[in-house]
Amino acid sequence: MKTNDVILQTTTKVIFFIIILFSIHIFFAGHYAPGGGFVGGLLTSSGIVLLLLAFDLKTVSTMLPINYTVMVAIGLLIALGTAAGSIFFNVPFFTHAFEYFTLPLLGKQSLHTAALFDAGVYLVVVGVTMTIIQSIGEDE
Amino acid sequence: MTILANILIVATIVFGVIFTLVTAVGLIRLPDIYTRTHAASKSATLGVMFILIGVFLHFWLIEGHLNSRILLGIIFLFITGPIGGHVIGRASYLSGVKLWDKSVVDELAPVVEERKKQFNKQ
Repeated sequence: MKTNDVILQTTTKVIFFIIILFSIHIFFAGHYAPGGGFVGGLLTSSGIVLLLLAFDLKTVSTMLPINYTVMVAIGLLIALGTAAGSIFFNVPFFTHAFEYFTLPLLGKQSLHTAALFDAGVYLVVVGVTMTIIQSIGEDE
Repeated sequence: MTILANILIVATIVFGVIFTLVTAVGLIRLPDIYTRTHAASKSATLGVMFILIGVFLHFWLIEGHLNSRILLGIIFLFITGPIGGHVIGRASYLSGVKLWDKSVVDELAPVVEERKKQFNKQ
C-alpha cells in the first residue's frame, strides 16, 4: 500500500538543514571544544540518512549527485597531502603549522593545517558511511 | 538577582523532571500503543524542553555563558519529538496493532480499507 509521507517529508526538509549546520559547527569547533572531523562527518551522513528515510534512494541521488567512493579517495588524498606537505619545509612527516591571520569578517583567527587533515577525515567518514548504507539499501 | 535566577532555574528544571516522570508513569499505566505514544511524545518533549531551558538559564544567568547549542536543541526537540510519536503510531496502525478494547470510534479504518482495495486493484 502506498502511504502518504507528507509530515515526515516536510519535517525532513526543515530538520536536514539544522543537522548540516550543526555538523559544520561541530567540525570547526574541533580544535578548542569537543567535536572534530569524525563526529562532524557522522552527523552529516546521519542527515543524509534522514533524507534517505523520508525519500527514496533515487530521489536522494538526484538531490546530491555525489560519488561517495570518490569522496573517500579525495579525503584520503587531502589527509596524506597535509601530512606530506611538512616534508617540503624540512621538518618531520605530520608536523603541523599554524599562524594568526586577520580575516575580513571573523577578525583575528588562528589557521591551522590540522583543520585540513580534519577535512580529510570528515570526507572519508561521510564517504564510508554513505557507501555502506547505499550499498546495503540498493541490494534487492 | 541571583536568588531570582536560581528560583527560575530550579522551577523550570523541577517542572521538566515532573513532566518526564509523568511520561514514565503514562508508559506503564496506559493500555495500548496509541495512548502510550500520546503520553511519550507530548509530555516527554515538554519535560526535556523545560530541563534544557533550565540548563540554558543556568549557564546564561549564573555562569555568564550564552550557549546557543541548547537553544538549537530545544527547537530540534520541539520539531522532532511529536513527529517521532506520529510515525510510530502510524506504523503500528498500518501494521495492524489493535486499538484498546474500550475504544469507541476508529475513523481511520475505512480510509485504510479503501486505500488497500485501490492498491490491490492496480
